[in-house]
Amino acid sequence: MQLSRGTRIALGVAAVVGFAVIYVPLLLVLVNSFNPDRSASWPPPGLTGHWWQQAWHNSGARGALWTSVKAGLGATAIALVLGTLIAFAVARYRFFGRGTVSFVVVLPIALPGIVTGIALNSAFSTVLQPLGVGLGLFTVVVGHATFCIVVVFNNVVARLRRTSGSYEEAAMDLGAHTFRAFVDVTFPLVRSALFAGGLLAFALSFDEIVVTTFTAGPGVETLPIWIFENMTRPQQAPVVSVVAAVLVLLSVLPLYLAQRLSSDTASGSRV
Amino acid sequence: MTATAPAPPAAPAARERPRGTLGRLAGALHRRPRLRLALLLTAPLLWLAVLYLGSLAVLFVSAFWTTNSFTSQVVKVWSTDNLRAVLTTPVYREVIVRSVGVALAVTVLCAVIGFPLAFFTARVAPRRWRPLLVVAVLTPLWASYLVKVYAWRLILSEGGLADWMLRPFGLDGPGYGLPAAVLTLTYLWLPYMILPVHTALAQLPAGLLEASADLGARPARTFRSVVLPLVLPSVGAGSVFTFSLSLGDYITVQIVGGKTQLIGNLVYSNIELNLPMAAALGLVPVVVIVLYLLALRRTGALSSL
Repeated sequence: MQLSRGTRIALGVAAVVGFAVIYVPLLLVLVNSFNPDRSASWPPPGLTGHWWQQAWHNSGARGALWTSVKAGLGATAIALVLGTLIAFAVARYRFFGRGTVSFVVVLPIALPGIVTGIALNSAFSTVLQPLGVGLGLFTVVVGHATFCIVVVFNNVVARLRRTSGSYEEAAMDLGAHTFRAFVDVTFPLVRSALFAGGLLAFALSFDEIVVTTFTAGPGVETLPIWIFENMTRPQQAPVVSVVAAVLVLLSVLPLYLAQRLSSDTASGSRV
Repeated sequence: MTATAPAPPAAPAARERPRGTLGRLAGALHRRPRLRLALLLTAPLLWLAVLYLGSLAVLFVSAFWTTNSFTSQVVKVWSTDNLRAVLTTPVYREVIVRSVGVALAVTVLCAVIGFPLAFFTARVAPRRWRPLLVVAVLTPLWASYLVKVYAWRLILSEGGLADWMLRPFGLDGPGYGLPAAVLTLTYLWLPYMILPVHTALAQLPAGLLEASADLGARPARTFRSVVLPLVLPSVGAGSVFTFSLSLGDYITVQIVGGKTQLIGNLVYSNIELNLPMAAALGLVPVVVIVLYLLALRRTGALSSL
């Protein structure tokens, strides 16, 4: 299709405007963390590094970051195991209800977070509380793992569908038993998919707020919850602006990692 | 990981050597594919079916229960009062209609903004830029959801960037409210629309476009008769995300929506005092999303997810 010059220019302009709209808010967050004025008015009256210093010593933000990392690692570990198990079952076996399994995996992320959140909340409080286990970091990890399974599953199942089982069969013909074949053949084949899925799962968990709100016990504060609670407090506004800026900067990291470690997973979609 | 190729002469000997426990276990598993499948599926299915689906089922059953209005305790007496209230109370109906309207508006905006962008990244931009442009679309997805909403809170604040940009035209920014919520949600989910559309456009066979031109179609006609029918399913696929993510959202509305209430806010405000009512209200987005998915499945959009 030969587009006219005018159309091409119009599309180019639309794209430039589009990318500007995508990136200006993120840049604004960066600039705002240096804004000496608390009210976030534009243009900033000057620049200051004071808030960064203050944020560095803010124990609430630090504690919340650490909680988020722990929750993310826990949820990612569970999701990696469960997602991989389902992926192998779905990709390598034919069984009754296979389609249903792939559907159920997607459900926790397809349904609104608030529905998943209150469902888990009431289940935890009816089942766990009589056992003396209250809501806490553990329940956050369980909640996060539930919706993280799908990203690991999607990545691993896509990889398994592209690599036939004949490699494993070849390994077994050469004398390797099931576990040996897995360690030496299958695992190296799916490793980068596991990495991509794990990265996505961690990012998903790290960013989650709704399910966290309903599964976190008192005193368990992840970073998104901390930001949400402090966003509207004028006193905390500068520290929030710095934390937000740090998160914007960090968002480049997973892409860099994905790009470096495997070329075909960088574009792995989140769902 | 690859240092495993055994020395060729040793291999036959190794096969005859009696195996350890691990080897015997592997052999036993190898002969029983059903057992292997059961071992693979037991843990994940316990997690998803019992923990997750079980919780969901209990929640939706509780939509048919009631609460004691004095103690807020759940009374397990079967009644459809909550569901009837959801469908007949004017305030609830208004909020439901508004929520679906917001989700549709966000979807349309994402399609209208995303399509030209995807067309540029997939077919107009110089070939060597294209992978980089895809990464540029993808990067904001990794930025925190809350930070992006925060960014729009800054932009739309009084004396913020929006006000500053519109002042030369004698206008004010929209401030916080329903338009702000739609705008922010559009920003949040835009990449989910661009990516599938980009993929579909990039995969359009050049032959089809040439054939259309050879048959005398101008670009506009080719676009309408060839490109659009082939790419619309992926717009549908993108709309699954933009629609369902917008419909369930209540955080964005709380941050930039002013006093606006969407269905998620109603659910949230009922949890403490009337869980059965919250469950009944929570059923609404679930049912709407399922209906939306079923409608899309008829068009074949879901297979391009």
